[in-house]
Amino acid sequence: MIGVPKETFPGERRVAAVPEVVDKLIKLGFAASVESGAGEAANFSDDDYKAAGATIAPNAAALWSGADIVFKVRAPSASEVPLLKESATLVSFIWPAQNPELVQQLAARKATVLAMDSVPRISRAQKLDALSSMANIAGYRAVIEAAHHFGRFFTGQITAAGKVPPARVFVIGAGVAGLAAIGAASGLGAIVRANDTRAEVADQVKSMGAEFVGVDYQEEGSGTGGYAKVMSEGFQKAQAEVFAKEAKGADIVITTALIPGKPAPKLITAEMVQSMKAGSVIVDLAAEQGGNCELTVPGEVVVRHGVTIIGYTDLPSRLSKQASTLYATNLLRLTEELCKAKDGVAVVNMDDEMIRGGTVIKDGEVTWPPPPLKVSAAPAAAPAAAPAVAVKKSGGHHGSGEPSSPAELAIKAGVGAALFLLIGGYAPPVFLGHFTVFVLACFVGYMVVWNVTPSLHTPLMSVTNAISSIICIGALVQIAPPLAEGTERHSFFIGLLAFLGIALTAINMFGGFAVTRRMLAMFRK
Amino acid sequence: MTLSFSLVTAAYIGATILFILSLGGLSNPETARRGNWFGVAGMAIAVVATVFGPRVLPFGLPFIIVAMAAGATVGLYAAKKVQMTQMPELVALMHSLVGLAACAVGFASYIDNSITFEGAEKSIHELEIYLGILIGAVTFSGSVIAFGKLSGKIDGKPLLLPGRHWINLGGLLVVIYAGHLFLSHEGVIAVLALLVMTALALAFGVHMVMAIGGADMPVVVSMLNSYSGWAAAATGFMLSNDLLIVTGALVGSSGAILSYIMCRAMNRGFMSVIAGGFGTGGGAAPAAGGEGPQGEVVAISAQETAELLKEARNVVIIPGYGMAVAQAQHTVYDITQKLRAKGVNVRFAIHPVAGRMPGHMNVLLAEAKVPYDIVLEMDEINDDFPTTDVAMVIGANDIVNPGAQDDPNSPIAGMPVLEAWKAKISIVMKRSMASGYAGVDNPLFYKENNRMLFGDAKKMLDEVLKDIE
Repeated sequence: MIGVPKETFPGERRVAAVPEVVDKLIKLGFAASVESGAGEAANFSDDDYKAAGATIAPNAAALWSGADIVFKVRAPSASEVPLLKESATLVSFIWPAQNPELVQQLAARKATVLAMDSVPRISRAQKLDALSSMANIAGYRAVIEAAHHFGRFFTGQITAAGKVPPARVFVIGAGVAGLAAIGAASGLGAIVRANDTRAEVADQVKSMGAEFVGVDYQEEGSGTGGYAKVMSEGFQKAQAEVFAKEAKGADIVITTALIPGKPAPKLITAEMVQSMKAGSVIVDLAAEQGGNCELTVPGEVVVRHGVTIIGYTDLPSRLSKQASTLYATNLLRLTEELCKAKDGVAVVNMDDEMIRGGTVIKDGEVTWPPPPLKVSAAPAAAPAAAPAVAVKKSGGHHGSGEPSSPAELAIKAGVGAALFLLIGGYAPPVFLGHFTVFVLACFVGYMVVWNVTPSLHTPLMSVTNAISSIICIGALVQIAPPLAEGTERHSFFIGLLAFLGIALTAINMFGGFAVTRRMLAMFRK
Repeated sequence: MTLSFSLVTAAYIGATILFILSLGGLSNPETARRGNWFGVAGMAIAVVATVFGPRVLPFGLPFIIVAMAAGATVGLYAAKKVQMTQMPELVALMHSLVGLAACAVGFASYIDNSITFEGAEKSIHELEIYLGILIGAVTFSGSVIAFGKLSGKIDGKPLLLPGRHWINLGGLLVVIYAGHLFLSHEGVIAVLALLVMTALALAFGVHMVMAIGGADMPVVVSMLNSYSGWAAAATGFMLSNDLLIVTGALVGSSGAILSYIMCRAMNRGFMSVIAGGFGTGGGAAPAAGGEGPQGEVVAISAQETAELLKEARNVVIIPGYGMAVAQAQHTVYDITQKLRAKGVNVRFAIHPVAGRMPGHMNVLLAEAKVPYDIVLEMDEINDDFPTTDVAMVIGANDIVNPGAQDDPNSPIAGMPVLEAWKAKISIVMKRSMASGYAGVDNPLFYKENNRMLFGDAKKMLDEVLKDIE
């Protein structure tokens, strides 16, 4: 039995399972129970859940007492922990590093707890990476909030009432949230510039339609697990200069810079805010960790020096339906991993590094923090491998790719000259005449065939095939030639061979041209 | 009515020009149709001029007509009936006919004593006969085996006899010695030498093609195409006929260029392909062993594929031999049409060695009425993959193997490939996880943005089509 309670945290509008996912959970062999009104804030009614096959529990107590597995969004509050059934399983955000007491309380309930925030960032686990799902929403919503507080269009327009310049958006930190923000802002028509300490994300930034603003200072900013790390002082100084310049020119600044386990770096100083145009907007996605802007007030919108600073910490919850759907899908993927047999029994396999990483408490024993992962996506390997990617650019259509070295050329020319000398010295003139024709024809063929478009290579083959039935001429002149002096009659054997030759080449001649025609007729624009 | 010798020669010049124009026309699908008619006209002029020329007496006419009619019937019937997926087989079979005809003409020319030569001319004439038959015989038997392999009548795996290079070398020495005997003797010994050489040439053709694996077939087919041209050219020398020489040279160089293009597309030397066996040329095993690609293969259903395709803006379809085998090209086009109607930009990416002969995929797509302007070459489309939402690989493997670029130890290292993995999502349609002809595991399957759609290409595509509607 999987239970989905109503979230109790003030202002939380998300829900851990949506009807669509409930349906799929039931297909996996589980039974599902949803607290009455759990999905209301995310526009899912009790009836929707009932239609998907869930039972509706009238209140929290009834739900918690019946559930072997509880799906939640926020970590359980102090009043919720005692409701959890003994030895039950809880799946939600936990933040074990920040909430050691909660972990202890849950351990006392002999619970098994999987923290969605602790799932390792490995390729396999992407499908259940709820942090990315939420960051994506936060990035999008950040732009929407900014647009709401910004007094102008995002897109540039030329109207009868005058010219409207496009908004200039500067995004700091091109993680999942940053990229989502870039995408949303450029989708609205703004001019977007973005910065990140990790140089390798520059391509991703460009692919989302923004310009990458680098900091001209040599330092690799990639930490483990795809996150950024703390940078040196010299770098920070150079970075601050870039930010000061960008902030001054920007209408909207969206900051998403986070370093795992550390307070958010203060990137936007009070002076920078002061230098911005009145009416500009700053959205600080790092508000919960203290904010990237010195003037951010977590959870609130404030106006400082004429600049609106948005410090909401519940951006995903403000898009509750979308956030619930994505989070519920992440949970579903996790459930699929836990229940590979599809028999409604969840097995926490501690040998699976993905499950192991996410498991904070196993049967009442605290298993957090997990052992470090054996393999992390090592970006250091990438530059080393890059030179090996010596992709030979094919040299257009004409001839071999690179010109031969002079020595090689000289040898070839020498061999060729010797060959021609030999032929010229010994061959009779009649042969030389034919030979001239032959060599010239080879060159003509070479020139002509290089111009054939690759898509027509098959017709080329069939037409050359048809043409090579010109051998027919050879057979034709043998079937009934004028008698030479001294011979009385035609050789029957020659006639037979010639007849055979004509018949064979005729197959080719007619068949080859006909099939070529058939093929070419199919090529159309 | 008999045309004079000069008139025939003039007709031959006209035919030559028409043949060159015919090949030149293939630079573009629009002009290609006209080019084909040029070829037909050239051939008609050449044949008519010869038949009514001084070298053919009127009493031969009925024989010629009968032979032509018989050949034409068979040829036209085959051309009408052949499936586009069977084109490689048909082409190989037709090569063998050219080879056989070259042999027949060579033997006839040897027996023929209506024209006599003296001294150097005589030995050159005999040498031409010898070479003509040699090339003709190799073309014939090689093409027959290629036909067998392409049509599945013979196992596609390379047959590697122990010491096959020595066998070939020994054969070559015997052929040279027999040639020496043939030139320096008259009568029985010369005939015997000629027959021994013919037998050896036939055996060599069989042996050569048997040793070549299925993935190398495009090279073999184009190489045999080239041989059939050289056979015609040798026949031309033998008969002192410039038209044959020119035409043979045109065809020969065309086939040679195709072979070269195919080899370059696989980043392999021509000799290593001919020497046979993939990656086993030097006797060294492929270095692919040791660590296979790491990661998890994510399977996907036809329905999810349809969803992905519907939501995409840019789709690139990469067809391979699997599409030909499953006869799925029509379904592919139905899907393409549906998607294009929804505003999805669907394009096709063709690798030069996709399929079993040069241009094979283009012909199949053309058959399914895919407009050729959305069918692109590797060089044209490779840079577009990063902006592609879905890259769909249908029955192809080695030509989308990222190992060719980033694993220097891969047997196919350095081979130019279509960079499907750079698309946001790549979907690989495959019957199973078996590796391609090169026997190399494909790291693409394990990439995190790759999905596998297992099953018969035709069946799965039909389902995808249903779900798109």
